[in-house]
Amino acid sequence: MSPSLTWNTAKRVLTQLRRDPRTLAMLIVLPAGLTWLLQYMFSQSPVPATGAIFNTIGPRIMGLFPLILMFLITSITMLRERQSGTLERLMVGPTGKADVILGYALAFGLVAAVQAIVMTAWSVWPLGLEIPTGLWRLGIVMVLDALVGTALGLLASAVAKTEFQAVQMMPLVIIPQLLLAGLFVNRTDMPTALTYVSDVLPVSYSIDAVNSILAGDGNAIWAPIAILVAFITGALVLGSLTLRRRTT
Amino acid sequence: MRNNTESAAAISIRGLRVIRGGNLVLPHIDLAIPRGQIVGLLGPSGGGKTTLMRSIVGAQIIAGGSVEVFGIEAGSPALRRRIGYVTQAASIYPDLTARENLAYFAKTVGVGADGVATTLRHIGLADVADRPVSTLSGGQASRVSLGAALVGDPELLVLDEPTVGLDPALRRDLWGLFRELRDSGKTLLVSSHVMDEASRCDRLVFVRDGAILADDTFETILTDTGTDNADAAFLALTERTAA
Repeated sequence: MSPSLTWNTAKRVLTQLRRDPRTLAMLIVLPAGLTWLLQYMFSQSPVPATGAIFNTIGPRIMGLFPLILMFLITSITMLRERQSGTLERLMVGPTGKADVILGYALAFGLVAAVQAIVMTAWSVWPLGLEIPTGLWRLGIVMVLDALVGTALGLLASAVAKTEFQAVQMMPLVIIPQLLLAGLFVNRTDMPTALTYVSDVLPVSYSIDAVNSILAGDGNAIWAPIAILVAFITGALVLGSLTLRRRTT
Repeated sequence: MRNNTESAAAISIRGLRVIRGGNLVLPHIDLAIPRGQIVGLLGPSGGGKTTLMRSIVGAQIIAGGSVEVFGIEAGSPALRRRIGYVTQAASIYPDLTARENLAYFAKTVGVGADGVATTLRHIGLADVADRPVSTLSGGQASRVSLGAALVGDPELLVLDEPTVGLDPALRRDLWGLFRELRDSGKTLLVSSHVMDEASRCDRLVFVRDGAILADDTFETILTDTGTDNADAAFLALTERTAA
C-alpha cells in the first residue's frame, strides 16, 4: 500500500465520474431535489408543539439519500472493476489491495463531501431548515452516511456475481437498516431481539447522532460518530480482504 | 550450479496442475520458455492456454507443481514490475481515453507521461490518444490494452490472443513490434488459436486438452510431422497422441 498508488486509483475513478455527467448530476443534484420534495410535502401540515415537521423529520430522512445513492453507485462500479479484467491486471502488478479499496473510498468520499455540503446548505438556505445546534455537525453525519453506503457497496460487490444481483443487494442491505434504525419506532421501544440487531447496524448510529443534534446536545454526537467511523473502517478492511491476487 | 538452467529460462514450469470449477484443466505441465524469444502458445480455445498464462503471471490458484519466472516463484511481489500481462478481452476502462488508461497503468509501475507518449506511438494510437476508448474500434481498444502492459517496459510479456480481430496490416505491424521487443532482449509468450501465426514465432508450444503436444521450433515440428503447415502439423500431433 502506498499513498501515490492509492491516489492514482482515486484520481482515475474521479476522471471516470467526470466523463459521466449524468451520474455526477444524480449524485449532487438528486439528494438536494429529494430534500426539497420532503420539505414541500410537509409544508402545509399543521405545526405540532415540537416544531415544524420538516425541522424534526427532515434531518432524519436526509441521510438516507446519500446512503442509498452511494451504495448503488459504488457496488456497481466496483463489480465492473472485478469483472472487466482490470482488477486482475492491477492485482498482477504492484498495486496493493488496500490501494484499490482506499482509492475508491477516497474518490467517492470526496464526492460524498460535496454531496453532503450541497444537500445540507440547500436544506437550510432555500428550504429554511432550522436545527438547534451547529449545522456542520449535521453535515458530518451526512458525509458519514454516504461513506457507510460506499463501504457497504464495496463489500456488496464481492457477494454479487452480476450487476442484476448487485441492484438486488440494495433492499437486502439497506431496507432492514431503515426499518430498525429508529426512524419509525424508537430503538429502545423495539422488541429486545430487534434492539440487538439495531445495535449492530450502522444507520442506527447515524440516526442517534441526528437525534442528539435535534435535542440540542451537540457533544453527544461524538460517540455515535466514532462508532460510524469504526464501522466504515471495518467494512473497508473487510472489502480489501475480498480482493484476491489469485483466483480459481 | 543447480540453478543455472533455471535462470537461463524465462519461465520454468514443473508438474503444474490446475483445477477450475471441479475440472482438471491442466493435469501435469512441464515446460521451459527460453529468454529473449517469441514463443507462440497455439491450440484451440478451451485447451488450457489462458489457464497456463494465468498461472505464469500468478493470477491462477494452482493445485500442484511449481511455476517460476526468472527463477522466482510466480506471483511473488518481486515479479510484479517485471511481467506485462494482457488478457484476452481488453481489460481497460472504456470511459477513459487511451492516454488516460495508459497513464493510470503506467503510474502503477512508476512510469510518467513520456513513457506513455512513447508507448502510444509504438501501438500506433498517437492520433486517437485523447478519444475515449468506447469510441475506438475493437482493434484499437485491444491495442490500448496491449499498451497498458507495454508501458512499464516489462522483461516478460504474456499476451493472450493479442492479434485477434485485427486486420492483416495491423497484425503485421504488431508482430513487427513484438520482434523489436524481442531484439531488445524481452521474452514474449503469445497465445493464438490462429495457426498461421506459427511462422512468426521463434518457438512454438502446441496445447490441446490441457496437455502439451509439441514444444519446439516451427521447422523442427514440420520436419518431425512430415507436414508443410501448422494446421497439418497440429492434426498429425493430435492423431499421434490419440493413437
